[in-house]
Amino acid sequence: MPPALATLSGLGAGRRPALPAVPVRTAGLALLLAVAFVAIPLTATDYWYNAILIPFLIMALAGLGLNLTMGYAGQASLGTGAFMAVGAYATYNLLLRLPDLPLPVSLAGGGLIAGAVGLVVGLPSLRIKGFYLIAPTLAAQFLIEWIFNQVGWFSNYATSSAISAPRLVVLGHDLSNPAGRYALTLTSVTVVAALAWRLVGSQTGRNWRAVRDGETAAAVIGVPVAQAKLSAFFAGAAVSGIAGALWAFAYLGTVDARSFDLDRSFQALFIIIIGGLGSLSGSFIGAAFIVLTPILLTHLSNAILGGSLDGGQVSNLQRIIFGALIIGFLIKEPNGLAALLGRLRRTAR
Amino acid sequence: MSFFLETLAGGLLAGVMYALVAIGFVLIYKASGVFNFAQGAMVLCAALTFVTLTERDVPFWLAGLITLAVMVTLAVAVERVVLRPLVNRSQITLFMATLGLSYVIEGASQFLMGASVHELDLGISDLPVEIGPIQLSSFDLVAALAAGALVIALALFFERTRIGVSLRAVADDPQAALSIGIRLPVLWAAVWAVAGFVALVAGLLWGARQGVQFSLTFVVLKALPVLIIGGFTSITGAIVGGLIVGAGDALAEIYLGPLLGGSVSTWFAYGLAVVFLLVRPAGLFGERAIERV
Repeated sequence: MPPALATLSGLGAGRRPALPAVPVRTAGLALLLAVAFVAIPLTATDYWYNAILIPFLIMALAGLGLNLTMGYAGQASLGTGAFMAVGAYATYNLLLRLPDLPLPVSLAGGGLIAGAVGLVVGLPSLRIKGFYLIAPTLAAQFLIEWIFNQVGWFSNYATSSAISAPRLVVLGHDLSNPAGRYALTLTSVTVVAALAWRLVGSQTGRNWRAVRDGETAAAVIGVPVAQAKLSAFFAGAAVSGIAGALWAFAYLGTVDARSFDLDRSFQALFIIIIGGLGSLSGSFIGAAFIVLTPILLTHLSNAILGGSLDGGQVSNLQRIIFGALIIGFLIKEPNGLAALLGRLRRTAR
Repeated sequence: MSFFLETLAGGLLAGVMYALVAIGFVLIYKASGVFNFAQGAMVLCAALTFVTLTERDVPFWLAGLITLAVMVTLAVAVERVVLRPLVNRSQITLFMATLGLSYVIEGASQFLMGASVHELDLGISDLPVEIGPIQLSSFDLVAALAAGALVIALALFFERTRIGVSLRAVADDPQAALSIGIRLPVLWAAVWAVAGFVALVAGLLWGARQGVQFSLTFVVLKALPVLIIGGFTSITGAIVGGLIVGAGDALAEIYLGPLLGGSVSTWFAYGLAVVFLLVRPAGLFGERAIERV
């Protein structure tokens, strides 16, 4: 059998079958949440909020969205950036045109609209399988970026392509300062991640994994394959859409289609490869890795080379190291850092 | 009418260049089932190496030879370090590995040779040429002729030589090919080296057109729709697909662009590709995949 055929079943090959539904280590999770909600706000500086914590949480959410579609349901997608853009622009327009809606509702609405777009983008998955799915999702990536740049209505006919986001207010509290934006991001991410966790453990989640591990077999035992695929695209795009809205409102402060380009889609892909395909915690671990590595490399090169390398060279080095890490992970640890940590924990016991 | 023809001819000439990049993909895909996203990075790497050498007054032929040696070394290294450990992994895993590879090649090329835009003058004049009622650029014509010659040479190479026959054997049935003594690692390295050579030619032609710079890597994004339309496994398909995408892009930009507000060509090829995927998933000339449970 040619390699192309041997691998048409997509992501299922080469990984351990039937990962158990995400086990929750209650104590560890409680500790993590206590740190995130209490310890960090007591100690973090603005630099930590703006450069590390907020982008980390948002990219983790974007990766989580892609992980639902690709890691759990096995439907390859390079459209994460586009879904994030839809979420950002939809939330912006909801805030602009329906100013009476509270911010959380607009945020959820933006997510739902992104999900609906994701559903449409996912329609070809009913006919096209595996690797070839990157074509329609790439088409969506380019088309959606183009639409937001071309159609003035979406950006309220702003003269510059980067429009500034409206003020963030929840229940009368102004959240425009770094700590407020962190609180907004953390709360959204926690809520969405909890929902995703419920979803992954439900019948829907089981259907996704069945489709991923053997589509034909799943169809034979009566799993509604089309419904599973489309719901995976919907859920993944909705989560990525909320991440996009947060990226625009809580991180950048501007809504700009250029910040949701193909590179953003690749970034989400790297997050779930490095963190772990089909692992919710993997999305967070991978995002931490993606956000922290460039910062670490910059500091390292400054410390070792004393700033003799200019910024361009440092970013070239980063490209090399990132690329090598991705290849290394694919070869040595196909289930990502999440699996590696799990193994370490078991050995430690 | 002559304006339409001119646009069409210009698009077709650009299409030949797309086809040239797409052929690099087809070679590797046929031999190993990998969609090589790093092909764009290879184009950049080849063009950058060549231009860096010629800027240091190395003669053209020597620069070409050295660049070719670099690309062959790269091919052997890729086979050893990336492909061999990933044997029998899923297609999407291999695709992501080449994505990582493209980061490494892009980063390394720019780290070693700089990120500035280089002029590349191949000594081909760019004058308008009248052919019947239409005007074409002489550079485009020469580039298309060179690409066409390369395509014919490659087709002959894979039709007539031992490597070509082994390649077709591997594409048909890797296990049977292995069992009669075809050495897969050698073949993979050879195919990546040929793809490196194609990248060099493409890099020179594209580089002379738009300057040697990072945006050369974007040709990879144009090649994907070409392959979907033509089929991943057919050199003929790559050529026809390239022509369709080139002509379609040019015509859409002129006739659809003003209606929709411009720069339609960023997504038009992909729209076309999705239509083809839905109607004819294997592409015009691709082999129809048979699924086994």
